[in-house]
Amino acid sequence: MPYDAHGESRREGSNVSKQIPMVDYLVLGDSPHLVANECTDCGAKFFDRRNACASCGGTSFKKTDIATEGEIRSFTIVTAFMPGADNYVPVVVDLGGTSVRGQLINTPAEAANIALGQKVRLTTYSIGADTAGTEAINYGFEPVN
Amino acid sequence: MANDDIWILGINMTKFGKHPDKDVVDLASEAALAALADGGVTIKDMGILAAGNLMGAAAGIGQQLQKQIGQTGIPVFNVANACATGATALRTVIMAIKAGECDMGLAVGVEKLSGAGMLGAGFGAASSDEWTPAGRYGAVSGFEGKLGTDMMPGVFAQVGMEYLHKHPYDGADFELFAGISAKNHFNSTMNPLAAIQKDMSVEQIMAEPMIAYPNTRAMCSANSDGAAAAVVVSGAKLRTLSKEQQKRAVKVSASILTSDPYQEACQILPDVNTLTRSAAKQAYELAGIGPEDLDLVELHDCFATAELVHYDNLMLCTEGNAVDFFLSGATTRDGKTPVNVSGGLESKGHPIAATGIANIWEICYHLRGEAGPRQIEGAKVGLAHVIGLGSACGVHILEKSGL
Repeated sequence: MPYDAHGESRREGSNVSKQIPMVDYLVLGDSPHLVANECTDCGAKFFDRRNACASCGGTSFKKTDIATEGEIRSFTIVTAFMPGADNYVPVVVDLGGTSVRGQLINTPAEAANIALGQKVRLTTYSIGADTAGTEAINYGFEPVN
Repeated sequence: MANDDIWILGINMTKFGKHPDKDVVDLASEAALAALADGGVTIKDMGILAAGNLMGAAAGIGQQLQKQIGQTGIPVFNVANACATGATALRTVIMAIKAGECDMGLAVGVEKLSGAGMLGAGFGAASSDEWTPAGRYGAVSGFEGKLGTDMMPGVFAQVGMEYLHKHPYDGADFELFAGISAKNHFNSTMNPLAAIQKDMSVEQIMAEPMIAYPNTRAMCSANSDGAAAAVVVSGAKLRTLSKEQQKRAVKVSASILTSDPYQEACQILPDVNTLTRSAAKQAYELAGIGPEDLDLVELHDCFATAELVHYDNLMLCTEGNAVDFFLSGATTRDGKTPVNVSGGLESKGHPIAATGIANIWEICYHLRGEAGPRQIEGAKVGLAHVIGLGSACGVHILEKSGL
């Protein structure tokens, strides 16, 4: 698979014209954001395909856009033991009352550099193109200065 | 002893660590036969067998065990409930006895894990040459390293760090968690059944290879091989047994199993808190015992970051004060509420399905006054806690026999 973990696409020659999100709940375009399945009965939000609501059992959902700025609720720094791989920073981010998972990017993966409660915003980057030239776009969070 | 009381009649754990020459059936047999002998009974006295071996959950460890120690035709329940598998086996036997189906039963948990590496990794990758959305998130690639981590050291690191976000701590988080680990490693030096018996300073623990900040290798549970087994008996049946058996029997004052109730964010980062607090609350109420009455606690320190949050979840401290509680020394051997005097999973080891019975063995060992050099003097009441991600939580409160 022609991609690496750093968002530097290794496309060779072909013009990348199409994009695909890393996950269904990432909406690309001019203002990339996350979208949740919100239970119309109790308001619980989920990012996966649903059979019913885990909070109230309801079966009716609507799409809800999630805020793109928020704060770090928790983090860790995973040591990458694979040769050539970089350490990465999983985070739980509170985006306007909805928690999401992702990674802190565009900042060094060092504890001294990361704070609980730190303000972050959603950003996107390419994880590479496939043989058809389609680029997969992932989201991450970067510090807000 | 009331007729419907539940008692542990016999219990055993094998040494945890590397057992290259024994398979899971050998280890399970060793623990089961020793637990039966400890209780002064035989496999023929058992009315039910519940057994777990998480990594071989499809293989039916219960019947495999019977093929070695006695095919008596009794019902077998093979259980799997992540790291709470052992506690689930025990709970299953207790429920059968409470339901009046039988008056004695055997619970067994066994695992071979040494050299297994990090658990929970989901390094999925796209399976074709073209990005193809798959699964419940329509993902074109595995999440690991792209959308966080599902590896246990990182998941539980976030659990601990989240606590410090909720209840801010001005000091150094890394040192705090390393301190918890140091306490447990010190305790392990008195436990010959522990996989690792090595006193380690905070500095040594912090200098170990970082796995997932702030958990270094010494702050992660040790993958190891081992088994544990318990014989459970009803109060009515125990009364017909010898005075010596009655004296050594340990009362199960509460046996609770919970799953994780929905909470905001619980499908983003597993919520190990709500179900533990709920299990603890139910257990205290059922036993008529409060956290202040506990002489010792074995709790699920799968990582140093996990131990901290469970001080709070088990209500050993006031809400939000787990850090101060730990820093006060309350959880050391000599403290107000000794926690993980066995050395905890970080040094004793964590053969998954064995863990939820081995922690009960540790409590029984002290309540019977048989714990030798690491005896908590005069221990009368103890609590054993285990959690399996997914999630399942087992809490058992145990009391010394009044005889």
